[in-house]
Amino acid sequence: MSPLTSLLRRTPARAGAPGAAAPSAGATLPSADAPSRGGLVEIRGVHKAFGDLEVLRGIDLTIEPGEVTVILGPSGSGKSTLLRAINHLEPVTSGLISVDGEVIGYRRDGDLLHELREPEVLRQRTAIGMVFQSFNLFAHMTALANVAEAPRRALGVNRKEAEAQARELLALVGLSEKEGAYPRQLSGGQQQRVAIARALALRPKVLLFDEPTSALDPELVEEVLSVIRSLASAGTTLVIVTHEISFARDVADTVVFMDQGRIVEQGPPAQVIDHPAHERTRTFLQRVRTGADAPVDAEPAGPADPSGPAGPDASPADHPRSHSPEDLR
Amino acid sequence: MTSSVVTHDSARRAPASGAASGADVMSCPPGTAPLDAPEGAPSDGDRPGRGARASLGVVSDEELARLRVVPARHPGRIVLAVLVGLLAAAVLWSFVTNPRWEWGVVAQWFFAESIIRGLLETLKLTVLAGALGFGLGLVLALMRLSKSSLISSVSWTFSWIFRSTPLLVQLLLWYNLGYLYERITLGVPLTDVTLVDTRTSDLMTPMLAAILGLGLHQAAYAAELIRGGILSVDQGQLEAASALGIPARDRSLRIVLPQAMRAILPTAFNEIIGLVKGTSIVYVLAHAELFFTVQLIYGRTQQVLPMLLVATVWYVVITSALSIGQYYIERHYSKGAVRTLPPTPLQRLRARFGRRPVTAGAPA
Repeated sequence: MSPLTSLLRRTPARAGAPGAAAPSAGATLPSADAPSRGGLVEIRGVHKAFGDLEVLRGIDLTIEPGEVTVILGPSGSGKSTLLRAINHLEPVTSGLISVDGEVIGYRRDGDLLHELREPEVLRQRTAIGMVFQSFNLFAHMTALANVAEAPRRALGVNRKEAEAQARELLALVGLSEKEGAYPRQLSGGQQQRVAIARALALRPKVLLFDEPTSALDPELVEEVLSVIRSLASAGTTLVIVTHEISFARDVADTVVFMDQGRIVEQGPPAQVIDHPAHERTRTFLQRVRTGADAPVDAEPAGPADPSGPAGPDASPADHPRSHSPEDLR
Repeated sequence: MTSSVVTHDSARRAPASGAASGADVMSCPPGTAPLDAPEGAPSDGDRPGRGARASLGVVSDEELARLRVVPARHPGRIVLAVLVGLLAAAVLWSFVTNPRWEWGVVAQWFFAESIIRGLLETLKLTVLAGALGFGLGLVLALMRLSKSSLISSVSWTFSWIFRSTPLLVQLLLWYNLGYLYERITLGVPLTDVTLVDTRTSDLMTPMLAAILGLGLHQAAYAAELIRGGILSVDQGQLEAASALGIPARDRSLRIVLPQAMRAILPTAFNEIIGLVKGTSIVYVLAHAELFFTVQLIYGRTQQVLPMLLVATVWYVVITSALSIGQYYIERHYSKGAVRTLPPTPLQRLRARFGRRPVTAGAPA
C-alpha cells in the first residue's frame, strides 16, 4: 500500500509551459500540497456529434474522488467517446467536463468559456492518465523509456529521476526484469501493464481505461485486471470502459450502462448488474454473459459462475474485492 | 532442433496410438521421417503398404538418435548460379581485356590533383545541397501536416513550383539572378538603415547557385517523402503522446519522426545517391566539380572514355560508401520494429569462420 500511495502523490506540472500559470476559476489542478487523492470528475450536459452522427446525446455524470466507475454498453453506445472526451482527446460539441472544478479544454471566466491553447490542455492532461485498448506504447522505445518519457517531456523531470521512478512503476506492475525490452518483444498483457505504468508516471488524479483487456488473449486478461484492481484501492479515481462484467461487479463502486449516446441506468453493481431496472440493460448483460463461453471473449469467472476458468493468478471468484497491492504479480 | 519436434510430437501422439510399433518411422526414407512425421501423419493412409496413423507409434530413443534431416535440394538454383557466374565472368573479362577502355589512362588520372579537387567539390555540393534539401524538406513536411491551412498551402505551393520546373532551368535562373535583380539590398523599411547592399552577380557564385538550385529542388522532393514517412506512423502513437501531455515539438521529434525514419530512409538514400550524381548537372554553370573537371580534361586529351570511367568509378565509390552507411542507419532505426535485429554482415562472417555452426546433421 505505502509504495503505491507514495508513487501516486502528484508533483506539480512544469510551470514553464507558456501561459500555463493556472488562471482563476478555482483551478488548483497541479497543486503540490494536495494529498494523493483522486479527482472529482463532473460531466454536465455533454453532447458530441461527428457530422450528422450524434454519438453522445446529453450525458450527466458525477464521479466522486477515488471512486471506481465502470462504463458498460454495446459498441457504438458512445462509451469510448465519453472517455476520450474526459481528457479532451475528443472535444465535445456542447456541455462541459471538469476535474476538481477545472473545466477541461477551456478556461472559465464568468459565463464565458475561453478555449485553451494546446500547452494548457497538455498541462491539464498530465492529471488525467489514459490506457488504450491497443496499448499505443512507443514502439521505438524500451519499456523503461516509455514510462520515463512523459515525466521528462511533460513535467521536465531529469532523466535519472524519471528512470528511477519508472523502475519503481515497472516493479509495481511486475515487470522489473523487462525494462530493457521493446514493446514488440513483450506479450500483450505485458505491454498493457507497461502502458498502465506509463499512465501512472504522471501521478494522475484520474485514470481512464479504454477497454484495456479487449485486445488481449483470454489468459492474459487477468494479469492486467489484477493490476487495475490494486489501483482501485490506491485512491485514484478510475473510469473503466470494459466488457468484463464479473470484473466490473468485483471492482466497481458505480456501474454506468450506456446505450445510443445516453446513460440508461447507473448505480452500484449489485443493482445495475444483478438487478437491472431496464430491459435494454438486461438483454445486453445476457448477451455478454453468453459471449463469455466463446473462446474470444472469455472473461474470468465471477461469483455467479464459480466453474469458470481459474488462471494462474487469483481469479476474482477466489478473492472478491481483493484490493491489496500484494495482488500485483 | 528438428529432433525436439519429433520428440514432442511423438510424445503427444503416443497415448492415442497405443502400443503400435515404431517400425514405420524407421522405414521411412532417411530425411523424410522427422520433417514429415508431424504433418504427414493424417495422410499416411494414402501410402501403399502403410497402416493407418496408429502405425506411427512410439519412436525409441535409439531411433531418435539415428534420425537425420536432409535439407531440400534446389537443382534449378545451381544451374542458374552457374549461368549467372559465366555471364558475369564474360562481362568482366571483356571489361578488363578490351584495350579501348584504356585502363592505364584511368589509373594515371584517378588520383590526379585536379580530379581529387573536383571530387571534393562534388562532395561539398552533395553535403550542402543535401543538408539544405532535407532540412528544409523536414520543415516543409511538418508545415504541410499543420492544421493551419495557410501554412500547409504555403508548403504545398513550394513543392508544386519546385517539382514542376526542370532542375536545369532552376540552376540557370539562380545563376542569372543578377540579370533579373541587379542589386540585392537588405535594410530596415522606412528608414535609411541598410544592412546589406551588393551587386547580385557578386553574391551569386556558381557554387551558391548550385547549392540553391540543387537544395531547393531536393527540398520539394524530400518534403513529400518525409511526409509519407510521418503518415505511416500509427495515429495511436500521437494520441498516446498527447494523452501523456507531451508537448508538440517532442511529439514530432521524439515519438513520430524516429518511427517514421524506417519508412523514410530507403527512399531518402535513393534521393541522396541521386543527388551525388545529380551534381554533375552543375557543369552547365562551369563549376569545377568532378564531372566538369573530367570534361575539361578529355576536351584537351581526347581520351573521352577512360576519363568518363574515372568519374564513374568515383561515383561508384561514393555510392558504395553511402549504401553501407544506409545499411547501418536503417538497422539502428529498426530497433523496436523487429523482435531481434538481424546480424550484420561482419557478425555473420565471424559466426561463419570464427566458430563452426552446428550443422543440421546432413548425411555425408
